[in-house]
Amino acid sequence: MSPAPEDASVHRALGLSDDEYQRIYELLERHPNHLELAMYSVMWSEHCSYKSSKIHLKRLPTQAPWVLVGPGENAGVIDVGDDIAVAIRIESHNHPSAIEPYQGAATGVGGILRDIFTMGARPIAVMDPLRFGPIDDPRSRWIAEGVISGVSGYGNSVGVPTVGGEIVFDETYKGNPLVNVLAMGVLPTERLVLGQASGVGNLAVLLGASTGRDGIGGVSVLASAGFDESSEDIDKRPSVQVGDPFEEKRLLEACLELLDQGLVSGIQDLGGAGITCATSETASRGGAGMDVDVTAIHARENNMEPFELMTSESQERMLAIIKPEDLAHVEEISARWEIQASVIGRVTGTGQLRILDGFDGDVLASLPASTLHDDAPEYKRPIAPPADLGERRAQDASQGPVDCINNLLSLLRDPAWVYSQYDHQLFLNTVVGPGNDGTLLRLRNPRNGQETGRGIALSTDGNHRWCHVDPRQGTAMVVAEAVMNIACVGAQPLAVVNCLNFGNPEHPEVMWQLAEAVDGMAEACVAFNAPVIGGNVSLYNETNAVDIAPTPVVGVIGMHPSLTTPPPSIGFPPNASLLLLGQVPDTDVSLAGSQWAWEIGGCKDGTLPTFDLQQAVRTSQFVAESVQKQQLLAIHDIAEGGLAVAAAEMAIDSGFGAQIVDHCDHVSMFNESGGRFLAVVGDELLDDFLKDAKRHDVPAIQIGRTGGTSLNFGTEIIIPVSELETAYRTELPEALGLGTVNT
Amino acid sequence: MSQRIGVVRFPGTNCEFDTIDAIRALDGEAEVLWHGQSDLKNVDAIVIPGGFAHGDYLRCGAIAKFSPVMDSITSFAEDGGPVLGICNGFQVLTEVGLLPGALQKNAGMKFLCSMQQIEFASTSNVLGQQASVGDRLMIPINHFEGNYVCAPEVLTEMEAENRIVFRYTDNPNGSLADIAGICNQAGNVVGMMPHPERATSRLLGSTDGIGLLRSLLAA
Repeated sequence: MSPAPEDASVHRALGLSDDEYQRIYELLERHPNHLELAMYSVMWSEHCSYKSSKIHLKRLPTQAPWVLVGPGENAGVIDVGDDIAVAIRIESHNHPSAIEPYQGAATGVGGILRDIFTMGARPIAVMDPLRFGPIDDPRSRWIAEGVISGVSGYGNSVGVPTVGGEIVFDETYKGNPLVNVLAMGVLPTERLVLGQASGVGNLAVLLGASTGRDGIGGVSVLASAGFDESSEDIDKRPSVQVGDPFEEKRLLEACLELLDQGLVSGIQDLGGAGITCATSETASRGGAGMDVDVTAIHARENNMEPFELMTSESQERMLAIIKPEDLAHVEEISARWEIQASVIGRVTGTGQLRILDGFDGDVLASLPASTLHDDAPEYKRPIAPPADLGERRAQDASQGPVDCINNLLSLLRDPAWVYSQYDHQLFLNTVVGPGNDGTLLRLRNPRNGQETGRGIALSTDGNHRWCHVDPRQGTAMVVAEAVMNIACVGAQPLAVVNCLNFGNPEHPEVMWQLAEAVDGMAEACVAFNAPVIGGNVSLYNETNAVDIAPTPVVGVIGMHPSLTTPPPSIGFPPNASLLLLGQVPDTDVSLAGSQWAWEIGGCKDGTLPTFDLQQAVRTSQFVAESVQKQQLLAIHDIAEGGLAVAAAEMAIDSGFGAQIVDHCDHVSMFNESGGRFLAVVGDELLDDFLKDAKRHDVPAIQIGRTGGTSLNFGTEIIIPVSELETAYRTELPEALGLGTVNT
Repeated sequence: MSQRIGVVRFPGTNCEFDTIDAIRALDGEAEVLWHGQSDLKNVDAIVIPGGFAHGDYLRCGAIAKFSPVMDSITSFAEDGGPVLGICNGFQVLTEVGLLPGALQKNAGMKFLCSMQQIEFASTSNVLGQQASVGDRLMIPINHFEGNYVCAPEVLTEMEAENRIVFRYTDNPNGSLADIAGICNQAGNVVGMMPHPERATSRLLGSTDGIGLLRSLLAA
């Protein structure tokens, strides 16, 4: 028999290459039929198989004694003591959100929540790092407003608070927004369940929404190809799923009750690649096989084809593996929560995933379950740094229209317009919510709600400017920035999850960016002793063949060991010492990769300031401990916009200004040299604090005093706090708040 | 003394356990009342907590109105039993007619979650037992439909009968006459948009909700 198919256009239309077809042929030792091809096409898509990135992801550190579940499961899980575990995951929903912003973002929230309760955890927090095209572009504003409404509409209704995130606007995301969503949940350690099917004769029960024609081939059609401006992208709209938060809420409560009662031996959410993914992953993880009856799937429409039922990405569905004798109990709980439950599969000992037309009917497909999962191709794609890298790095990023006061005003942006649309207080855990450096939640025992006296901190961070200039150092700085954010609320890192948003992996420069970013992330995660326990890779983020700037986004989770008092705010108190903590910038520090250089100076290249990772580790540990010991009156890390923006945000928060000595030129004010904090210390503690800093090998320089009604840099630059506040508060409401135009 | 409080749970309710935690932290007892059952388990008072009962589909509270538990609650309220509706619970109380008026979408057409200052406008109700008119409280709001409306004659009547319980000091949602909470004629049924259970811990930023819940426990 020839390995060439009769009609090569069939597998190509499904997104499979000729080589991949041949691989399937070799695995099956025969030609696959159309249903089998459709199943391979979704499971071997970039989105599901990580075929371009896997070879690089292996370089990330993933181990630590407290890691219970690392990458590869639905979510990473860590042990946080007191027999409590925390599950965390981050995912992208970039392409659906570009096509249909509200539903794209809403279903992104829904999908990540299922990843968390699949592990047996109750989701208690969502974070949403969002990136859009320029704020003066009407279509980008339309996308931004739709995405924010989608997160708000779904997240609030499903009843999980959105406790933090980011909002970034840049030309690079015009046409290809980045909608990343992180979710975190808590569980009693003993309730941890994995997505695996075992026990021959056990039943696979499909719970939740009926299966429709929405989202067919979403992972292969949408998530694994770039965009252009042809009308074809509009035609992809049916590949976007539609979310129903009320269905999800009932599904969540029903699943947690099933888990509480010990009725479930394995459970898996249905996301990308739908029933194909859930049945093949559970079977192959459990070393088992499964017979699936497509006629048993509760469908939304009549006459759905088997390949549609098997690859539909209809939302709000779960697959539970249960014992036959528990079926009645499972059905009773499902009925109380008004969700449908259908027995669609039986666990077998054959290792084969068989799709049947009725359990005793015709065999429509028969594949070794593990081949969908474990035998996906792994590509070592060509890698090449940009040809003009040397020239780019030689550029001087400090040139441009310097006007320090107006430059500062233009760099200020209050995200409150976004996060005030999200319930960020539900569950009574939010000690420090959105709009601050890190989020801090009370850690309570999921069994009885008792306080543990400890806190869980979260931060999500990305910086496409740093990563464009230098993906390796930029990514290390992003990880450090996230760790520094949680240090501000008194926490030290335990683990990292990542969402790697990159362009087209068929471009060697993109693969170079990805490889460099992974190495930078690995270095930083090793230095901070925070392993990567899960993540997501989003490739093909491109429009008209132009790739986005590399945007690895990380979520860091950390622990505050004794949470009895809220950490200090970022606001300046009056009449205290203002200190600059951390790495001392180079004497000829560069503005490369800074917000000033990109948005004001107009230079996107250059060489990043030197970054001392070990110094960042020492500094962030010292800050976290100082917060725990309540030695600080205010603390804020220095990131986008440099020292000037950090100081302005501190002034705006409290209404008190500061008089900063020197630092009155644009390079000192706006450089983004890493690993630095602004701290305010009371006079009575100052000497001890400075000695303490020295003992910990953390540079601490007194740069001014707080108080007054203006923020001063040197003697010339004097800005009333009220003026800072006006610039800060008005930008987003004026751009987004008054309605936007769908062009 | 209302030592035992029944907290209603519809599919889609999400503040029930926060409310129960807050009640228990004040040494009250709390029981979940499932929406599909009409048995009120002999509780002394009832809270209809926040969330999205039945997904808030059709209209906030419109489907919750038909849940069996609501008939029992209506009888309980008519017999003078203390009933507090918080946020979605307030919306449900207006739908079943225990309180007048309706909650429409916020004037800004956006969901709003923020700390808000409210002021006691009347204390002759189950929440005002330990308060004085003019007392100011910091209590978070969290709603899309919190913009209270009613007919002009209803407003006149409520004002004459001291039935405006809370007013916002800085109206966030366009609510008529800055109304944040109202009560029935007898003062035993109160609906309010802000969430007192979210203002019961110094760690979380406010303890101003404690007095309100204590008042309910003492009613």
